[in-house]
Amino acid sequence: MSDIKDIIKDENLVYKKTKVLTDNVMHYCPGCSHGVVHKLVAEVIEEMGIQEKTIGISPVGCSVLAYNYLDIDWQEAAHGRAPALATAVNRLHPEKYVFTYQGDGDLASIGTAEIMHACNRGENIVVIFINNAIYGMTGGQMAPTTLEGMKTATSPYGRDIKLNGHPLIITELIAQLPGTSYVTRQAVHTPAAVRKCKKAIRKAFENIGQKKGTSFVEVVSTCNSGWKLSPVKSNEWMVENMFPVYKPGDLKDE
Amino acid sequence: MSKKREFISGDEAVAIGVKLSRPHVIAAYPITPQTITVERLSEMVERGELNAEYMHVESEHSAISAAMGASAVGARTFTASSSQGLLYMTEGLHYASGGRFPVVMMNANRSVALPWSIYGDQRDSLSLLDSGWIQVYVEDAQEALDMMIQAFRIAEHPDVLTPMMVNLDGFILTHTYEIVEIPEQSQVDAFLPPFQTPNKMCFNNPKNMGFSSQPNDNTEFKYQQNLAVLNAVKVLEQADTDFATMFGRKYNGMVDEYQSADAEVLLVTLGSVTGTVRDVVDEMRAEGHKVGVIKIRYMRPFPEEQLQSLTAKAKAIGVLEKDISFGYEGTVYTNVNSALAKVGNTVPKLNFVGGLGGRDISKADIRNMFLKLQRVAAGEAYKTVDFFNLNVETNE
Ligand SMILES: Cc1ncc(C[n+]2csc(CCOP(=O)(O)OP(=O)(O)O)c2C)c(N)n1
Repeated sequence: MSDIKDIIKDENLVYKKTKVLTDNVMHYCPGCSHGVVHKLVAEVIEEMGIQEKTIGISPVGCSVLAYNYLDIDWQEAAHGRAPALATAVNRLHPEKYVFTYQGDGDLASIGTAEIMHACNRGENIVVIFINNAIYGMTGGQMAPTTLEGMKTATSPYGRDIKLNGHPLIITELIAQLPGTSYVTRQAVHTPAAVRKCKKAIRKAFENIGQKKGTSFVEVVSTCNSGWKLSPVKSNEWMVENMFPVYKPGDLKDE
Repeated sequence: MSKKREFISGDEAVAIGVKLSRPHVIAAYPITPQTITVERLSEMVERGELNAEYMHVESEHSAISAAMGASAVGARTFTASSSQGLLYMTEGLHYASGGRFPVVMMNANRSVALPWSIYGDQRDSLSLLDSGWIQVYVEDAQEALDMMIQAFRIAEHPDVLTPMMVNLDGFILTHTYEIVEIPEQSQVDAFLPPFQTPNKMCFNNPKNMGFSSQPNDNTEFKYQQNLAVLNAVKVLEQADTDFATMFGRKYNGMVDEYQSADAEVLLVTLGSVTGTVRDVVDEMRAEGHKVGVIKIRYMRPFPEEQLQSLTAKAKAIGVLEKDISFGYEGTVYTNVNSALAKVGNTVPKLNFVGGLGGRDISKADIRNMFLKLQRVAAGEAYKTVDFFNLNVETNE
């Protein structure tokens, strides 16, 4: 039997983790979409050669610790305020690649005002929006994006539209704003979807170089801990239940 | 009749206390370590055990605004938050107290960013002492449950009509389990009558519920608001007495004390750390040290007279708090010191600051504080503010 050392050779290399991703073990639950999206953002940054020019604005949510995993400059914002911080950083460093990375609680609940106004002003930034239809970090409570009938820690019998309103389809609203140039909805549940999502993230970052205004990438995501489903079941549940409401595809590409 | 007891967390105790108080409206936004309370309450509402409207709002700023709206139509209203969420409510806290809407809130004491931290200290609520809310700090889950019931009665009293915040230490109380006695609903109903307020919208007597004021009358509004919080002293003491009669548990109103009568050195505390201090007092008393503790329960209104008399014989006093007002001293210390200065109490007073962002305060730490107070009482030089257990080198 050959030794592992004989196998670890350059000519045998088929996959290598991007250097933008640190070696820290992620705190995300197994099956969570955050880790995959982190990797895609990191790969895009490496492939575009912009590691030294990229500034991330992290949210409050499970990805509050994103700075442990992506080896770039970061600034942490109060819950929901990342777009306001990103505006300032981008205005003072217009040649840099500034992006916010936000969950649906952060972006579509407490931070609705900031995201609307930043997109309406057409700030030259990328927004990565992880929509898992739940407040993940705090233990799976109902969010504005929670689906009708969906059970959460604060809607144990399912979301009631009459009491709690409809799932907020914020990406469609954002696509209406003239400040946005590229608005797309992606997912990372299959290898094909992962590749497509990476292309979308790459296009969004390239738009910054072309000063196109705001590029907005929603990633319909799983929160298997919050949903109380296995990772595999979560993906199935997402396709079946989330996609009809949050339809994957480009909403705007100008 | 056997008493009903349950093994529950502090957050669950709060939820049960709120449920027994029969609120009409609950409006809240989740935040660790408050979440279990609002999850339990939403469950109770959805199961139909609690006939209340649970409003899932989009932020704390909206939660406090919705709570005010509910109170303004005469509904008994509860909200809950912590740390960043409490601070995000700040504008609304002043609106609610200025508008005299007796909303009751549970605040899970948690550190404040930056650096971001979910763990406990008391900087969140102490930085809001001036928001016009009555503030009580509890020591265990039983007191948390009981104080929810008392809070509605105190806040809603016609002489008070002021919102009230019940504070419990994040994780140490919110997430630890204790055996808690659950009061009978009929007794709670007898203790806490339905909410009646003159300060509500009413079709028979239409009125405007929010208003602007001019320099000629603003001071008068604020004078009345100040009186209302002062009025709470009598009301909360009565509530404490009546509660003891009905349920057999007395918390001693504004302050509690342990072994303070003949104590040569005293520690003044706030919240759950008091239990540990009591243990250390027992241990040190057994060794012959005359030490004691005074637990502040209410920070607003402030137990000025009680502190003045309870500390009169001590030779040195320490204030232990999980708070710092940067560039000065801990807020509890400032308040205690001000009260004692008014009666010319000039014994050394030290401020022990620590336990920030969830760091444990151990028995050994507390013993060191008592020993230091003894040395200071005997004449050793001291610095007022003592950050205990610091892991960095200082050249102070
Ligand atoms: C002002 C304020 N309110 C509430 C919270 C508590 N909180 C932390 S994360 C979070 C929601 C996170 O959900 P989401 O943005 O969807 O991200 P996820 O964790 O699911 O990735 C909440 C409500 C906070 N930190 N600050």
